Amino acid sequence: MSSTTHEWPLFEIFIRGQHGLSHRHVGSLHAADAEMAIKNARDVYTRRNEGVSIWVVEATQIAASSPEEKGPLYEPANDKVYRHPTFFDIPDEVGAM
Amino acid sequence: MSTSQTEPNKGELFEFLCRMGDNTLVLGHRVSEWCGHAPVLEEDIALANTALDLIGQTTLWLDLAGKVEDAGRDADRLAFHRDVWDFRNLLLVEQPNGDFGQTIMRQFLFDAWHLSQLTALMESSDAQIAAIAEKSSKEATYHLERATDTVIGLGDGTDESHRRMQNALDLLWPYVGEMFVADAVDEAMVAAGIAPDPASLRPAYDTLVNDVFTAATLTKPQDDFGHRGGKSGKRHSEHLGHMLTQMQWLQRAYPDATW
Amino acid sequence: MYAQMIKSTGQGVKSLEEMDPQERAFQERINAGGKIEPKDWMPDGYRKNLIRQIGQHAHSEIVGQLPEGNWITRAPTLERKAILLAKVQDEAGHGLYLYCAAETLGVSRDQLTRDLLSGKMKYSSIFNYPTLTWADMGAVGWLVDGAAIMNQVPLQRTSYGPYARAMVRICKEESFHQRQGYDIMMKMAKGTDAQRKMAQDALNRFWGPALMMFGPSDENSVHSAQSMAWKIKMNSNDELRQKFVDECVPQAEYLGLTVPDPDLKWNEERGHYDFTQPDWDEFFDVLKGNGPCNTERLAAHNKAWDDGAWVRDGLMAHAAKKRAAKLAAE
Repeated sequence: MSSTTHEWPLFEIFIRGQHGLSHRHVGSLHAADAEMAIKNARDVYTRRNEGVSIWVVEATQIAASSPEEKGPLYEPANDKVYRHPTFFDIPDEVGAM
Repeated sequence: MSTSQTEPNKGELFEFLCRMGDNTLVLGHRVSEWCGHAPVLEEDIALANTALDLIGQTTLWLDLAGKVEDAGRDADRLAFHRDVWDFRNLLLVEQPNGDFGQTIMRQFLFDAWHLSQLTALMESSDAQIAAIAEKSSKEATYHLERATDTVIGLGDGTDESHRRMQNALDLLWPYVGEMFVADAVDEAMVAAGIAPDPASLRPAYDTLVNDVFTAATLTKPQDDFGHRGGKSGKRHSEHLGHMLTQMQWLQRAYPDATW
Repeated sequence: MYAQMIKSTGQGVKSLEEMDPQERAFQERINAGGKIEPKDWMPDGYRKNLIRQIGQHAHSEIVGQLPEGNWITRAPTLERKAILLAKVQDEAGHGLYLYCAAETLGVSRDQLTRDLLSGKMKYSSIFNYPTLTWADMGAVGWLVDGAAIMNQVPLQRTSYGPYARAMVRICKEESFHQRQGYDIMMKMAKGTDAQRKMAQDALNRFWGPALMMFGPSDENSVHSAQSMAWKIKMNSNDELRQKFVDECVPQAEYLGLTVPDPDLKWNEERGHYDFTQPDWDEFFDVLKGNGPCNTERLAAHNKAWDDGAWVRDGLMAHAAKKRAAKLAAE
């Protein structure tokens, strides 16, 4: 099985529908580059509805805060948020940070 | 398109509509054969979209053909109950899928013609044809865009992908010429302002494919020989018959059933 | 279901008191209906179980393309062809959404694919049965999708956010799948003698395998108890199977078809149908790789994957060239 080391990167897909709302995260997919990701997004997530706007971002380029609401965690630069979630052991006593 | 309107006879118009519908029927069927077997999930989904568009267009063209013929045949009757000699698709679209490179090259060579044909048909003197062309052209625009990117990406990819794309081009180029050769049916359509002269589409086609082949680092074969016999129905390849044995099997085996 | 026989790594369900503060906070959040997101702390077992479960679910969607894909080129009308193609395409999409959900747990799609192709990871037993007539497209939509929906609707409330969101999308798109299957069955059941015979034959062959989709009884399984505590499994296998039978029997009656179970009868006291268990020996044979189509299904996917390698590599190489050219131009 070849190509195991060259997996197409993961892209996060954001779509703005026709009703003037903001771009919304709809899911992810793989593509060789951003242009292909846009085309794939049309095929996978909009079934090619016209009049929608698509943003694609390589998943490794997204920095994210921690989703924990209580006992928030310190978040260092972590550019592989979707693929390699990391875990931080912060004792409750530490409180908000 | 010509403004002088010479009404075509029913038979010629029927023939022309079958050509449009059989192209999309046969190519849609071929592309649908990929479902579940594509190189990557995203491509599997994209190919299915293309096939779905083509099947949808088939229904529009063949239903209209049936209406023009006025013999009680609808799109399904035409699709599932004609034999090889009655099919009017280009030889190009009945060629087997081969590897993914052949499939995508066939798609590109067809889309490049299809889009310019549909664009011209949007000006047709026949309002129903113009309407179908307008709807279809939006889909064909995207098909061409996607096929173009893939031909370039694979032509200018790895050594292996380049070699396979060049092989695909060498194999399929002899089926391009048929798209641009006019016969009596075409002449009647031109005279009635219904459809463009096939030869008139060639210069733009050549410019487009040459640009894409350059970007794809592919070499167009020198020989412009073109096989014929598909759109006239005079001599299809052996492949079409095998396709029909599958496509039409249920309808033929249980002719009294509705599905 | 689509993820049958998932063995959890837990040794039984811990009480809140037995948990350390972190795990306890995690469990309490689940108990309160909260969602766990990719970057949240989670027990190793939760992560491993989810990867296996979502992976198996994704594989089932992907392998599930094949039995129905088998009839796309033989669909009897243009409309049926388009509907079937759209449905099988949806399955590819659902596999894609689920792989993406699994990827948030730190496993790549390539890795999951390799584990499917090597036989290390499983997919639902149902897709190892052949589709022999057009009526099978009806039976698969009606029974197989029907059984799947029964499991997937509650999973929209599963505790893992990305999984739950994938299920919401899947359920929304899948609403037409079961109906299109039943629609095929209605047409067949009201059709010619040959069509009715085809429809009954399809029901005969798919009834048992459909019941097996829910997996063997798990009333006493610690694995299931743990998964249910984690809300990655929402109902017991028997509970869903019973619900499925109760819904299908009247649907079969409406079609004028006979459910192939001589002991099937309404139990007034329980308010449910009594029915015969499917052949569990056959089920375990299929899981072991001895179903009618195991070999073909895996071979087809291995071929597609191997044949597609040059395409994936070629497009990747081209993207790298484009990036390099762009950098050089800057």
